[in-house]
Amino acid sequence: MVAKTRSTTKDATRRYHPIQILSPEGELLGPSPTIKDEELVKMLKFMIVGRTFDQRALSLQRQGRIGTYAPISGQEAVQVVSAMCLNDDEWMFPTYRDYAAMYVHGMPMRDLFLFPMGHPQGGRAPEDVNIYAISISIATHLPHAVGAAWASKIKGEQKAFITYHGDGATSEGDFHEAMNFAGVFQVPLVTICENNGWAISLPRERQTHSETIAQKGEAYGINSQMVDGNDVLALYQVVSESLERARTGQGPTFIEAVTYRLGPHTTADDPGRYRSQEELDEMKQKDPLVRTTKYLRGLGLLSDAEEAEMWEDAKATVSDALKEAENIAVPNQDFFFDHVYAELTPNLIKQRREFIPEEAE
Amino acid sequence: MAKLTMVQAINQGLKVAMESNSDVVILGEDVGRDGGVFRATEGLLDLFGGDRVADTPLSESGILGTAIGMAVYGLRPVPEIQFMGFLYPAFDQLVSQAARIRTRSTSRFSCPITLRVPYGGNVKSPELHSDSLEALIAHSPGVKIVTPSNPYDAKGLLLAAISDPDPVVFAEPLRLYRSVREEVPDGWYQIELGKAKVAREGTDVTVVAWGSLVPTCLRAAQLASQEGTSVEVVDLRTVSPIDEETILRSVTRTHRAVIVHEAPKTAGLGAEISALIAEEAILDLEAPVTRVTGYDAPFPVPVVERSYVPSDRRVLEAIRACVKF
Repeated sequence: MVAKTRSTTKDATRRYHPIQILSPEGELLGPSPTIKDEELVKMLKFMIVGRTFDQRALSLQRQGRIGTYAPISGQEAVQVVSAMCLNDDEWMFPTYRDYAAMYVHGMPMRDLFLFPMGHPQGGRAPEDVNIYAISISIATHLPHAVGAAWASKIKGEQKAFITYHGDGATSEGDFHEAMNFAGVFQVPLVTICENNGWAISLPRERQTHSETIAQKGEAYGINSQMVDGNDVLALYQVVSESLERARTGQGPTFIEAVTYRLGPHTTADDPGRYRSQEELDEMKQKDPLVRTTKYLRGLGLLSDAEEAEMWEDAKATVSDALKEAENIAVPNQDFFFDHVYAELTPNLIKQRREFIPEEAE
Repeated sequence: MAKLTMVQAINQGLKVAMESNSDVVILGEDVGRDGGVFRATEGLLDLFGGDRVADTPLSESGILGTAIGMAVYGLRPVPEIQFMGFLYPAFDQLVSQAARIRTRSTSRFSCPITLRVPYGGNVKSPELHSDSLEALIAHSPGVKIVTPSNPYDAKGLLLAAISDPDPVVFAEPLRLYRSVREEVPDGWYQIELGKAKVAREGTDVTVVAWGSLVPTCLRAAQLASQEGTSVEVVDLRTVSPIDEETILRSVTRTHRAVIVHEAPKTAGLGAEISALIAEEAILDLEAPVTRVTGYDAPFPVPVVERSYVPSDRRVLEAIRACVKF
């Protein structure tokens, strides 16, 4: 007897196109989701803070005041809007590039500076902020996000979880294992792929032969969406719906948000070696800040003066945070002994006794 | 109190842990309906339901990775990987994730996972079913590794591991799963992690072993005693962190040390223990420290495996040579 397969030809040939509501010129292409005016303004405000933080961090790195830094310019919309859709008591599992998302979810900007400064307080949020410790290796945090969401489901909570990764991460085994578990156990997790076009020097087309990244979620039986990652309205619609699905027991969602990394992979990278100025110039036309500003102007929600004030406020916020970060004391050279196990083991006690500190640089 | 095999003691330990703490959950391949490939989780699905005893897809990194997320979120997961050689695909999650969550988050997050994993050879199994990886794990700060050598220890160490606030690899010597039965108390009891046990007292030579090879060493010690040599056998119980005190106390009394393990010789834990003795007790020694180990070759096929795993005879030879030196 031949077993019946569940998928149909129609399912198998589903094509994904990025959902877009706002054109790059800031004009509506379809009905906008319901968003309060002040929320729209807040989106732009956070995006401007993100861009300002990014520019400052890049210049600080060149001055040697912070270490290696992974810029976010171009990706502010997806980070800001998705984080705004998450409730404070819900959890975020970020990557090292999700500065704007973390900031929106409550991470003090001081700590965002401390991370590239190599200070231990930078990689982890304060106790009352629901953000997981930042993962450096690619995709390894995705099964953790699935596990936490699964645990929440077992505990009978009605919370949604959000996690991020890049286009490069979709080639890692942990991405696939995490997606598979998310599907099988129907965990309340929204996974957002910030497809920024490049994984260091490798373009998206060479990362996978799949036509889209979104379709990879479908392969795991997960509700999958593709969205213009520079379009705040489309992002709001897709992410808020997906989080609501998670909260109400309708399972996980995978979102491919198509965006662009306007800067280098990190401050240690020179994109001039692998991508053209023409491409960059073209992508700058799709800058989410420009698009959102135009839209708010069109709605009459933003004057010249208000826009200028947003940039000034952002500069002040960033400068204050930097000052705070630079004034935070370096921990004792032997502090790391305290964070290996809950209690020092005999070998660590012995090694700490014999420890010879060096001066911090 | 009942007479139990090691695998029954482990099963009972899991049951007791799940009864007393609703945060304890089990996940892994075939752990539910099938009761585990060695039946260590038999009956638990019926008792505790599918939320707490989860059959997972075939996905070692996924099992350990999701267990980490559960642990961070307040559960006490007890994932099972079917054989230690299958830990390789999950090794990244073990050493770069589970072991480092506490460090990375300066103790905001911890990872109280007990990773159960059968190991060891001489059971005629296919490739990668027999590997002993304790040295790789011991070289990874942030994770502990424990291995019982008898049913009583298995339950007591398991309950201690599940209570521990940090990740513990619980390595189960599979050729001892059903080799003996002994009295195992009902209910909850713990054997402190990080403490070795003197499994046999003696005065002429110290043999240090753990898990699968403790019975071998005890038999070799018995044979040596018939030749007039008094052998002390130290069962490490916890392989990392090592109970240095118990080893040194014994060696400074017997003045001779033989270290026995199944893993390859080079950079095995025998090297670490040997260095410890050299650093702390070299002037007490009457003979060079001797190692009896597996060879620096991947664990071989079943038809020759008995020559790879340290035998009673090889341990006895080492004891003789050490005493004669």
